[in-house]
Amino acid sequence: MALDAQSLFAFSPLHRLQWEEAQQRYVILYPEGLVELNLPAAEILKLCDGTRDLDGIVSELETKFETTGLRDDISELLQSALDNGWIRQIPRQ
Amino acid sequence: MVGSDKFPVSSPRWLLAELTYTCPLQCPYCSNPVDFARHKDELDTEDWLRVFSEAREMGAVQLGLSGGEPLVRQDLPILVRHARELGYYVNLITSGYKLNEDRIAELKNAGLDHIQVSIQAPEKTLNNYLAGTESFEQKKEVARLVKKHGYPMVLCVVIHRQNIHLMREILEMAVELEADYLELANTQYYGWAHLNRDQLLPTREQFQEAEAIAQDYKEKLKGKMKIYYVVPDYYEDRPKACMNGWGTTFLTIAPDGLALPCHEARSLPGLDCPNVRDMSVHDIWLHSDAFNKFRGYDWMKEPCRSCPEKTKDFGGCRCQAYLFTGDMTAADPVCGKSPHRHAVFEAIASARSAAETGETKPMVFRNTKNSKSFSG
Ligand code: SF4
Ligand code: SF4
Repeated sequence: MALDAQSLFAFSPLHRLQWEEAQQRYVILYPEGLVELNLPAAEILKLCDGTRDLDGIVSELETKFETTGLRDDISELLQSALDNGWIRQIPRQ
Repeated sequence: MVGSDKFPVSSPRWLLAELTYTCPLQCPYCSNPVDFARHKDELDTEDWLRVFSEAREMGAVQLGLSGGEPLVRQDLPILVRHARELGYYVNLITSGYKLNEDRIAELKNAGLDHIQVSIQAPEKTLNNYLAGTESFEQKKEVARLVKKHGYPMVLCVVIHRQNIHLMREILEMAVELEADYLELANTQYYGWAHLNRDQLLPTREQFQEAEAIAQDYKEKLKGKMKIYYVVPDYYEDRPKACMNGWGTTFLTIAPDGLALPCHEARSLPGLDCPNVRDMSVHDIWLHSDAFNKFRGYDWMKEPCRSCPEKTKDFGGCRCQAYLFTGDMTAADPVCGKSPHRHAVFEAIASARSAAETGETKPMVFRNTKNSKSFSG
């Protein structure tokens, strides 16, 4: 599926994003599997709560990390998250 | 003491809790030990709650509740609730037999994440024959209810010679039931499946045909259904990386509390597995002889010892090595470098001849009566 920058991104109800104390990292949990996330990926996925589009996520993170130029990396990660079924895009009404 | 070369011990990620050996079904490929009838002393609720807590503290995050049939445990909702509160992703691995909507809703409410329903075949007569019970329609209904209550739906079909010719129908059934995941698990020949191998092992041609169909659907259903295809190792040239390496990732607890590095390890003689009744999960994982026995590479013999691939497959499966060679430190005999490879070819030839002549012993179904005859 192609990424639609205007739609809102929400985490999949069939997956769980969770902080793992023992591993000191975020993981995605799903039936009989888990994916260990690096910090940037986790920061992006945490913002997929159904209230933000691509611009929203970019500006939030650029503010938080006091930097610019994150847009390409973020949209690349969202695309692969979408392909893996970790997130859904909700078209704006 | 193994670990002299300081093989780093990772923490467990997976806890498989076999809650009971009781099961209303009789699948002739069941992975439970053939002498299950002799291990009757099940852990009680308190024991399981403690085991869940201890394993979680060690780092386990995926929890499989299986059996036997885990639904026969009356305390299942209590176990699920506790596990979920600890932060586990809780998988229920069930035949779906007698699972009704109330129970599905109750378990969801307790925090269950996912239900994996196994179906024996995509049509009624064969399903019921393999399960040894009238169960087909009801299983399909369960699959629908699982979906309805918002669980990810995983269908599991164990593949063998009695159903491999129905690969296309199996995939169509999964589509019809709107499965999110389909696990096509080629039978692994241990326990009951080992007893029935001549009747269960497909021929190479059957495998190739079935695999091609599965691959085709995998492409076609991309983004809709995830298909996991568990390869049939007898036809491979290298063994599977069994358990991702002994004592690195998986911890199985049998119904009577025995802690196993893999769910077949009970069949290894002299392994002396510890019991959670006597030892904490922490000590079992880090300090027990059984969990240290095949960690790292020190225990290996040739051809594995000097093999560059040992870091990839860890010499394969210890239980399979033992079954074929009587030596649990041998290379897994499915490996092309194993001096015992011929034994696998003989097993394949024997099953092929049974398939071609139709002359086979009757199938031994997994039930208490048959199990008692193996319990000595
Ligand atoms: S494989 Fe069949 S008989 Fe064995 S536990 Fe599962 S459902 Fe029961
Ligand atoms: S010889 Fe041993 S380590 Fe090498 S590929 Fe075969 S099983 Fe694996």
